[in-house]
Amino acid sequence: MKQKNNLKAWLYLLPAILFLGVFMVYPLVDVCFYSLEENYHSISQTYTGVGLGNFGHVLSDPFFIQALKNTLILVVITVPVSTGISLLIALGLSSVKALKKAFQTIYFLPYVTNTLAVGLVFMILFARTEYTDGLINALIQAMGYEMVDFINGPYWAKMLVTCLYTVWIVMPFKILILTSALASVNQDYYKAAKVDGASSGRIFRKITLPMISPTVFYLIITGFIGAFKAYSDEVALFGVNLNEAGMNTIVGYVYDMLYSDKGGYPGYAAAAALLLFAIVFTITYINLRFSKNKVQYM
Amino acid sequence: MIEKKNARVSRGLIYLFLIIWAFIVLFPFYWMVLTSVKDTAAYNNEKIPEFITTAPTGENYVKAFTEVSLGRYFINTLIFTIVTTGLMMLVIVPAAFAFARLEFKGKGLLFALFLSLMMIPNELVIITNYVTIVNWGFQKGDLTYLGLILPSVTSVFYIYLLKENFEAIPDELYNAAKVDGTSDLKYLLKVMVPISQPTIVTIVILKVIECWNSYVWPRLITKEAKYFLVSNGIQAIRESGFGRQDIPAMMAAVVVVSVPLIVLFLVFRDKIMAGVSRGGTKG
Repeated sequence: MKQKNNLKAWLYLLPAILFLGVFMVYPLVDVCFYSLEENYHSISQTYTGVGLGNFGHVLSDPFFIQALKNTLILVVITVPVSTGISLLIALGLSSVKALKKAFQTIYFLPYVTNTLAVGLVFMILFARTEYTDGLINALIQAMGYEMVDFINGPYWAKMLVTCLYTVWIVMPFKILILTSALASVNQDYYKAAKVDGASSGRIFRKITLPMISPTVFYLIITGFIGAFKAYSDEVALFGVNLNEAGMNTIVGYVYDMLYSDKGGYPGYAAAAALLLFAIVFTITYINLRFSKNKVQYM
Repeated sequence: MIEKKNARVSRGLIYLFLIIWAFIVLFPFYWMVLTSVKDTAAYNNEKIPEFITTAPTGENYVKAFTEVSLGRYFINTLIFTIVTTGLMMLVIVPAAFAFARLEFKGKGLLFALFLSLMMIPNELVIITNYVTIVNWGFQKGDLTYLGLILPSVTSVFYIYLLKENFEAIPDELYNAAKVDGTSDLKYLLKVMVPISQPTIVTIVILKVIECWNSYVWPRLITKEAKYFLVSNGIQAIRESGFGRQDIPAMMAAVVVVSVPLIVLFLVFRDKIMAGVSRGGTKG
């Protein structure tokens, strides 16, 4: 009886184990091999040696350095900005009653949109072509400043529109999570503070912020991880040739190394992917260590 | 008295702030619809874009379906979404059941292994998966569908979510069914699945959204345009289709791609938001 049950359980698990084995566990081992096989040739499936050559190549590749720089700027700007604005909006939402549901619905919309599709809307809003100045540039001119093409123009302009679009895309998730965190703070604390005559700024600093700090911290970590994986948003804004636009990201670099028309270098792709994983892992670890004393868990 | 006035002013400011953000969120959608109904020639003559159009036209929508194979991309995406989601349910429901209800050797260890797989980013495994699919020949002809679907039919996270849900169902129900001689499979399908329906619906919706928006894997796997999904279809329109000259037609395609998910969201609003706050990522 017991034996039969054992077998049955494994049968129920078999499809999941098969798929996870083939498409997750095996690739995980395999990617490490790829990263160490130097000058791997994808057609003849041969390589010249084993070593850290792929990592050396990737780290000295100017395209990778550019991608690393772009990704870091994106992370450093968009994570604090989006988390900060989300917190303000969630605080606003939690202090109103009328129209609250309507606002929440609207704010969530970017989550359910196709990143590639809506990115094209941002592109035409910010681009300045020979046919049209584009809406944003028309506004800039109306305010008396000099127009700039945000899509094919200077680096800072391209980075600015990338950051804006990224923030626009990641806000729904953060607003949603922060709103429910604020709603779950025990109202008795606020009542007690009111009785004591505490100012609203003090209530925020002494009650609200400590109570929601685990959530904020969770959002910062997931925000970091998400921003490090940026890629589709950039494709939507600047097209598939991100290297030419100077706007590639680490993930974009990995894929460029894989696509057969341009790349077909799984060794470089594997090395870059492992570097990305190492960076994300380290930052998450530092975050966890740093937060241990700062975050109050409920 | 003064305090009341202050409260009203600050309430007003809060609403102003909320309305401004709502405007920022909605404006791209407005602009996309507006541009999609502008006449192409008229649009190209607007050095400064107009905020409204007096002569809306549906012509761009006709172009979106006739000049590029948007209809085909749509059908591909539909097939991909339905089959992937369906297969995934067939994989994760039994797995979640085994973890929640059955006793077997090595259960704890296996579950820990499953959980540890949640930390693995897709970027790390995609390289080998690509090679695997190419080696199996699943990026040629109609086999492309298999190549698109197979790597995305398991999700450790959803197994975990479902397992938690199954475990919340009281043991008494299971024991009673055992006494009645109900088989495990029958119990799973007739009792557990119906009871867990809200969670299952949430998982299905989240997976549908994920499938509809997936871009990176389809771009790797689809060599021929006739197997494109909407995301790479839109990108192809932008790079080599009419996207360069005909912005209104491109925006019509963007509207067509965006509408299904927005409708899905408006219908299942509460389920989607609850599901995402329990286990969504992106951001």
